[in-house]
Order: sequence, then C-alpha cells, then structure tokens
Amino acid sequence: MNLDRTSLRELADGLRSREFSSVELTQAYLERAHHQNETLGCFITLDPERSLIQARAADQRLARAEGGPLTGIPVAHKDIFCTAGWLTTCGSRMLSNFVAPYDAHVITRFNEAGGVILGKTNMDEFAMGSSNETSFYGKVRNPWSLDHVPGGSSGGSAAAVAARLAPLATASDTGGSIRQPAALCGVSGIKPTYGRVSRYGMIAYASSLDQGGLMAPSAADLAWGLGIMADYDERDATSVARPEEDFFQDFERPLTGLRIGLPRQYFGSGVDADVAQAMEEALREYERLGAVRVDIDLPHSDLSVPVYYVLAPAEASSNLSRYDGVRYGWRAQQYGDLQEMIGRSRAEGFGAEVKRRILTGAYVLSQGYYDAYYLQAQRVRRLIQQDFLQAFEQCDVIMGPTTPTPAFPFGAKTEDPVQMYLSDIFTIGVNLAGLPAMSIPAGFGAQGLPLGLQLIGPHFGEARLLAVAHRYQQVTDWHRRVPVYAAAGERV
Amino acid sequence: MASFKTLHDTRLHHSLPRMGGVLSDPLNETSLHQLARLACIQLTEQELAVLPQQFDSILGLIDQLQAVDTHGVEPLAQAFDMPVRLRADEVTAKNQRELFQSLAPEVEKGLYLVPKVIE
Amino acid sequence: MNWEMVIGLETHVQLATVSKMFSGSATAFGAPPNQQANEVDLALPGVLPVPNRQAVACAIRFGLAVGANIAPRSWFARKNYFYPDLPKGYQISQFELPIVQGGALEIEVEGVRHSVQLTRAHLEEDAGKSLHEDFHGRSGIDLNRAGTPLLEIVTEPVMRSAAEAVAYARMLHRLVTWIGICDGNMQEGSFRCDANVSVRPQGQTALGTRCEIKNLNSFRFLERAIQFEFARQVELLEGGGRVIQETRLYDPDRDETRSMRSKEDAQDYRYFPDPDLLPLCVDASWIESERAALPELPEALSQRLQHTLGLSAYDAGLLTASRAWAEYYLALLKEGAVDPKLCANWVTGELAAALKREGLEVAVSPVSSSQLAGLLARVQDGTLSGKLAKEVFDILWREGGVADAIIAAQGLSQMSDLAALEGVIDELMVQHPEQVAEFRGGKEKVFGFFVGRAMKATGGRANPAQLNELLRRKLAAV
Repeated sequence: MNLDRTSLRELADGLRSREFSSVELTQAYLERAHHQNETLGCFITLDPERSLIQARAADQRLARAEGGPLTGIPVAHKDIFCTAGWLTTCGSRMLSNFVAPYDAHVITRFNEAGGVILGKTNMDEFAMGSSNETSFYGKVRNPWSLDHVPGGSSGGSAAAVAARLAPLATASDTGGSIRQPAALCGVSGIKPTYGRVSRYGMIAYASSLDQGGLMAPSAADLAWGLGIMADYDERDATSVARPEEDFFQDFERPLTGLRIGLPRQYFGSGVDADVAQAMEEALREYERLGAVRVDIDLPHSDLSVPVYYVLAPAEASSNLSRYDGVRYGWRAQQYGDLQEMIGRSRAEGFGAEVKRRILTGAYVLSQGYYDAYYLQAQRVRRLIQQDFLQAFEQCDVIMGPTTPTPAFPFGAKTEDPVQMYLSDIFTIGVNLAGLPAMSIPAGFGAQGLPLGLQLIGPHFGEARLLAVAHRYQQVTDWHRRVPVYAAAGERV
Repeated sequence: MASFKTLHDTRLHHSLPRMGGVLSDPLNETSLHQLARLACIQLTEQELAVLPQQFDSILGLIDQLQAVDTHGVEPLAQAFDMPVRLRADEVTAKNQRELFQSLAPEVEKGLYLVPKVIE
Repeated sequence: MNWEMVIGLETHVQLATVSKMFSGSATAFGAPPNQQANEVDLALPGVLPVPNRQAVACAIRFGLAVGANIAPRSWFARKNYFYPDLPKGYQISQFELPIVQGGALEIEVEGVRHSVQLTRAHLEEDAGKSLHEDFHGRSGIDLNRAGTPLLEIVTEPVMRSAAEAVAYARMLHRLVTWIGICDGNMQEGSFRCDANVSVRPQGQTALGTRCEIKNLNSFRFLERAIQFEFARQVELLEGGGRVIQETRLYDPDRDETRSMRSKEDAQDYRYFPDPDLLPLCVDASWIESERAALPELPEALSQRLQHTLGLSAYDAGLLTASRAWAEYYLALLKEGAVDPKLCANWVTGELAAALKREGLEVAVSPVSSSQLAGLLARVQDGTLSGKLAKEVFDILWREGGVADAIIAAQGLSQMSDLAALEGVIDELMVQHPEQVAEFRGGKEKVFGFFVGRAMKATGGRANPAQLNELLRRKLAAV
C-alpha cells in the first residue's frame, strides 16, 4: 500500500482485511515521520513506544472484529490538545515540561475509537501566528518548498499531512489556523461550527473563537474523522447538543443548482494573480458540476482583522494568566519576591508574539479603553455575523480564496506584526461568525506552491460543505498531489 | 441598575494613563511598563525598545473600528445566543493530588510553595 | 462638629452545595491540602468551567427572600488579577449584570425598624488560601477552597451606626441559614463581611471617602472594626488630614484597622464577560419552583406566632431566631393538641437553658420535639406539676425515653387519689389548730402555709388544683 495515495477508507479496509496490521501501519508512518521530522519539523513529540502500545491494542480489537472505522489508524494531534502522559507544550517554553495529566475530549474520542496517537504536531506558540515561526520548538518547513512557511498556527499538522507523514491530523482554528496552513501546504482542512467540537482540554487561546478541526488529504477523509471528533461534551459549556450526524450523507447529492456566493470583498485588488486565476478555474469546475454563481456582499469583511485583533488578544490576555509558575509549567530560576517570580517566569516562558498579544489584550480591556475597543469590536462582530447570515439567504455556500497569496518565505512578515495579521484577512470573519469552513487544494502558483479554495457554510452545515468539497475532488486531482520531496512512496 | 461604565468608575481606580491609539498619544515606555505590570510580564530593555513601534502599528489597525457607526448594535460575545448549560451539584472529582503535584515546581506537605505572600 | 458615619456592607456567603461553583470537586471543609482541587480548580491548560445549578438555585432563593428582581439573563465576568491563590489569574464573578438586583432586609435597632436596601447579589467563586507558617520563609498554597461558590450580597450605603451594621449582618445570617443556602459557620469562613465605612459632617449629603475593611468573620469584629474606623477617620479629618480610599484589615488582637493595599497598588481588574460561558438564563418556571420550595420566612412566621397563636413578641422573636428553633417549635405543635403558649414557655425556658448549659444546638437537642410533646401532654392534663415535669425533663435529657414510661416507673404522677389527699389535709389540720383558727378568722395568708405543708407531705405529687380546692373546702367547713 502506497502511503502517498491512500485514503482513510482504504486504510480501514486494509486493517479489517488483515492486509496489514495497525502495528505495521503505525511503524511505517513513524519511520517516515522520524526520517523527515528533522527537515520539516512537523512533530514536537514522537513517542513510538506509546504509539505502538495503542497499535497493539487496536490490532487486538480488530482481531476480535471489534472497533470502529478509525480503529488502528494513526492520527497526529496538534500539540494544543492535552494528551495524558504526553508532553503537551502548545509550542511554548512555558509548557516545555508539561506532561498532561488528562486527555482533551477530542483525544478521548479518538482513543475510544481506537485511533493511534502518532505524535504531537508543532504549532505557533499558543496558536498565535500565521507562519509557524513563533514556536519555541522551531520552524516547520513547507514540504512544497523548504524556504517557505507552512502557514500557522497548525503548521505542523498541515505539513505532516502534506508530506503524508500522517493520514489525518487534528488542528485548531481561531482565525484561520486550520484553513490557512491547509491552503499553503495543499491539503484539505475543516474548521467546524463553533460548538461542534468540544474545547475541553484544547489549550485556550481565544475562547469565543477557538474551534478544533481536522486536516487530511481529502474531504472524504475529513468526513471520516469529523464523525469521531464532533461530539457534545458536558464539560464544555459552549458545546452544542446535536443529533448524531452522518457527514457523508450528502456525498452522492448532485450539485445541480447549488448557489455559490462570491463575496465581492474576497476578489479585490489584494489578491495575488495566480490565486485569482485558480479561483476562477475552480468556479468553472463547479459550474460544470451544475452550480451557479451568485454575487454577494460582506460589507464589513475588511473590519474582521481589526475586530479579531481586539477580541482575540483580550481573551488571550486573560486565558494566559494561569501561567504563573506556581502549579505547573515554566518557573524562572532567578527571582526575589513573588511578583518577580511570576513576572520573570512569564517573561522567560512566553515568546515575543505571545507577549505582544497579551499586552494588546490587557490594553483593550483596561479602564477607559474597554468601551472604545472591546465593546466596539463586539458590536462590529455582530455586523460581520449579520453579513454572513444575510448572505446565506441568497446562497448555499460561500467561496473565495483561503489566503490572498501562496506561502511566503520565512522572515517575510516577522518584522511587522500587522502584515502577518493581514494574511488571515479571508479566514477570520468565519470565526467571528462561528461558521463552519474548509480549505481545499485548488491548484498551484507560479512557484509551484499550493493554493487553497475556501468554502464557507451556514451554521452546522458541515455535511453539505464536505459534500461540495468532495464533488470537486472527484473531478480534480489537486488534493492527490504530493510534494516531490516527500514522494518517496514507501510501501507497507 | 448601574451601567457597566458607572461600575468601572465607582469600583475601580484609574491606574493607567491614557495612551496609544486615536484615543490619545502614542504608547510610550512608561505606559508600556504599566501595561506589563498589569500583565505581570517583566519586559527586557530590548523589548521596551521595539514594542512601542509595533504597538503603534497594531493600534493603527484596531483604531479602524472607531470609524464604524455601531449605534444601536448589541455587542456579540458569542457566536450563538443560547443559555449556558448548568451541571447538577454532584461531586465527580477524585483526589489526584499526587499526579497534579508531580507537575509543580515546588511542593511541600501537599502545598504549592511560592515566595512569601505579603498581605 | 458632629460626624455621621455611613456604612455599606458586602457579605460573602458560602453557598451550601456539595460541589464547587464550576467543577465537580467537593467543597467539604477541612480536607488535607489540595485534595479537593481538580484540574479545573487548578486551572490546568485547557480546562473549562460549567456552572453549578444548585448554586444558581441558592441565588434565586435569596433574591426571592429579599424581594429582589431575579435577572432572567445575567452574565459571568472575569475579574483579572494575579495572586498565587487565584489559579486562573482571574476570578469568575458577575459584574455588569448580576443575577439578583435590588431587594431589602428589615432590621430593628433599639426598637426602631429600618429597611436596609440591597444593591445586588452576585454569584462568584472563592479563591484558595495562602499559609505563611512553617515553610522556611515561603508561603504554601492550598487550593481546596478555590472555586467554592459564593453569593456576594451588597447593600447600599444606608447604615449609620455599628449597631445597625451588626443588626443587618445578624438578620442576613439568620435569613441565609433559614432558607438553607448557607451553613452560616463563621469560624470556617462561610459568612464573611467587608465593611465600607466613611464619615461626613452631620447634615451633609455628599458621601465622604470610604475605606473598605476586609474579611470580618464575627459580629463582634464587625462592630469593633467599624467603631475603630469611625474614630480613626474622624480624628484624621479633625486633625486637618484626609481619608485615603484604601483597603484595610482589622486586627482583633490590637483592636485596630490597618492599611492593606495602598492606592498605588489599586488594580484595574479588566472585567469582561467570560467567553467560556454563555448567559445565565433563569426562566419564570424555575423562579416559581424555587418560590414554592421556600420555607415560611422568619418575619412572616414571627407575625403568625404572635397573631394566630397569641405568643408575645419576645417569645416569637426567640422562636424565630433561627430555622432550627422554629422547626423545633413547629414540630412540637404538630405532635399534638398542646397549648402553644405552654410549648413556647418550655422551648424558650427549660429547653433553651439546658441547651445553653451544655453548649448544644437545638438541632441536636437530646430531647426531641416528640419527647417534649409527650411530656407537655402530661403537664397539660394535670398529671404532672411544673416541678415534676422538670424532673421528668431531666430524666429525658440524661437518659432518653418516653415521658409516660418514666412517670409510671418512678411513680412521679400527681396524687390522683382524693381520699389519700384528704387524709393528708385532715392530719395537717389536726396538727395545726391555731393556723386553722387564724384562717377561719380571715387570715387568708395562712392558706399558703397549708399548701406548702401538704406538698411537702406528698413529696410534691399533689395536684395543685385539686389540693387548692380540697383545702379550701375543708378549711372553710366549720
């Protein structure tokens, strides 16, 4: 079996028919990961022994003809999910000694389904970044071009899936952290509706925007994984109780008459020509599948970045106050009094971008600024959500580029934080509105770097969204392309 | 019922001078110090040197919000307007002190140790 | 100049739940350190809060008991500050929109009734504890208390004396224990007051600068602290100084308040709605079910005892001093058709004295209400005299049992044998002819002499009514 071109369904069939065992499959992926991690930096932690314990248990379940669709399949988890017994760093020195004493709900779901934890993937520190350059554990390289960023914050998960070091990876998305790296690395990614996936045990960045999701080569793989990941959880007060859903339910439904909303604001002057070209071709493909174009307006979309950079830092500044060196995590070696112990532990434990956002957050919440920044941002957040809700009265799905440009070289945007922030201009609105969205591969730019098509659905419209992506992937092969670098083609 | 703003005024003290953004002058080093104190982060000289400029850039970005007419628009705190779920009053936790304290920098007799707390 | 003091109280009432405000950890007092602190209480990365329904129910009940508005929709907010006993670096509280808004509590000071207006009551979580001894110059942090549900009850600045403040605190203490939302244990910190004290010249309407005295955990400390603070502020102002707004601590050993946090350290708490929690919604049906579950409130019960059962205001006050006293008394009435006044006399008299003597709470009284009812039935039907009844009560107290059985076993019942009593009287009259003559000569006083002798002769078992009647008949007969 060629790991470069294998779907989850094929892996599951192979395991069930005893073509290969979970131990063999896990070892094959671990070997790939081991070889390529030094170059790509995808994983913060690989722990083959632990992985293989799970693989052996999965094999036993399979031998008894038990288990579910994911039993025995290795899954890479973003290092934002607390994983019992595993180092869980969130890409930060602050948690560089933190072996999680409990499982995030997402981890529990995958473990119970018989999934094998392949490793913990690299990420921007505390999920704050769009290039994976802020990780304490070093950069992740884009498998399509090692000089380029993989995107962020889920850069490790995106690069791992792109290089086929993992068939499926969990990730999280607060302002585009799944879709943007998925686009830049040429893989499929889904950010579910806010409340669809439990946040319990997913280390908080901005609680009202954070949502766990997945990356995989194809939409079908994502549907496979989302069936396990999506779950109501009583420990997350923002988790939404929903009837169990089959995310494949719309896969056979033709796209005839599908109304694709095209926001004027997503096709403006800031968009790279290659990106614009790829979008046009993707839309033609959809028209051939029977869909129709509808022009829509998201008049407040330009404000999504400023709104985000008020709300997310505000929530983050508070969420990250727990890291004080008292109960766990980094504690400074040298200090005098209590104040200094906390101040230095935080100074040493956090990187520059995290500090910038904490300070920004403290600023916008402080007295005299609260109304002008925080409340005003929440008001504009409502306007942005209303834009989307009105748009969905005219269309079934919104499409546009995931990012304005393909991957950029390392260091290109590190000097000016705002330039970095603006690379998420098309993804942030979705988080503010709580909508589900995907990015799927839709071609390559002049430099051979992947381009992503973003699909946005109405609340809880994941099944339709996945199906719309799937129909496109049936008639295109962008999602099957593997970077030459990684296409070693080992066989199990 | 007092408004949020009134409560701010009566219950809290003014500790930060006005700074940054369109609301007043650019962020200076002194106010940055105060912000760092609020956030409990000791900034290095180097950070203090580069942060004001980066902050100007960030404040320039978020100040775009000031131009938006949001008269009569309710703030949106969460994607969904639904009531919070409540849990039954039941003890579900068991004692895991040893496990949790294995993560701690300094413990003694079951307590987390810190430099002397001065009341 | 005459100075007037202005007091507002903020009281932290620990709610009677078995688990914490936002986690499933136990709230029991006295566990070994950090054994009741789970991942949520410790603020491990990734954990989330889920509010305790019972704590919300307690807040609703309180709001109903003080006639407040129950907000159909309120928010939890984060109050941000760093302290090692505050694991998250913020306290989840309510700020802009608390669940209980307004309301009032009636108090009485030196016969004058006042209504203390409440501003609000909001739900929040407690912090942990810092211990400063025995750690070679370091502090130890115990987070067992972290996350314990509290209701913070805030008054308007309407009290004008330490006595009023104490009366309010006592009434509030009675109310929160009465409606079962707090165990009221002040030693364990279940009921703690912060007093905001300011002074102003008599007649001035503007408020002076206030100081907040924190963590007063007894009524006496509350009174002393306010008195000291009043004197301190007056002295300061009369000396040409000014009061600085600050937080102060009362030191009971020195009987003084001292500055705890100066103005420079004053915090900007950066309150904002907690994004982990959606709005707290309370619908009308929940409010109505809490209202239905609310016991008769002390003030209403006191009125009923006076107007329906004819008790004195004094007795009614004693019997509604706490829910436990009231419950004991009401249970006693339920046991049988015993005279309410007789019951009241016994509960506030003999029972209260015995409990006090042994330092016991009425809830754990060795003589249960049904045991006492059994005894009082025999008092009412004349089987027992007051004196004998006290003897039986003592036996019930020491040894338990049932009044009727004790009476039978010890032969304590009053002499019902009229002939025997007649014999005793006849003998007395024979022995004391002069006194008989005196009585017959109109000296009514001598009657008491015969009663005393007869009682002595019968070992106190004579039925006083019967004895009186017989004596009169025999003495009068010439």
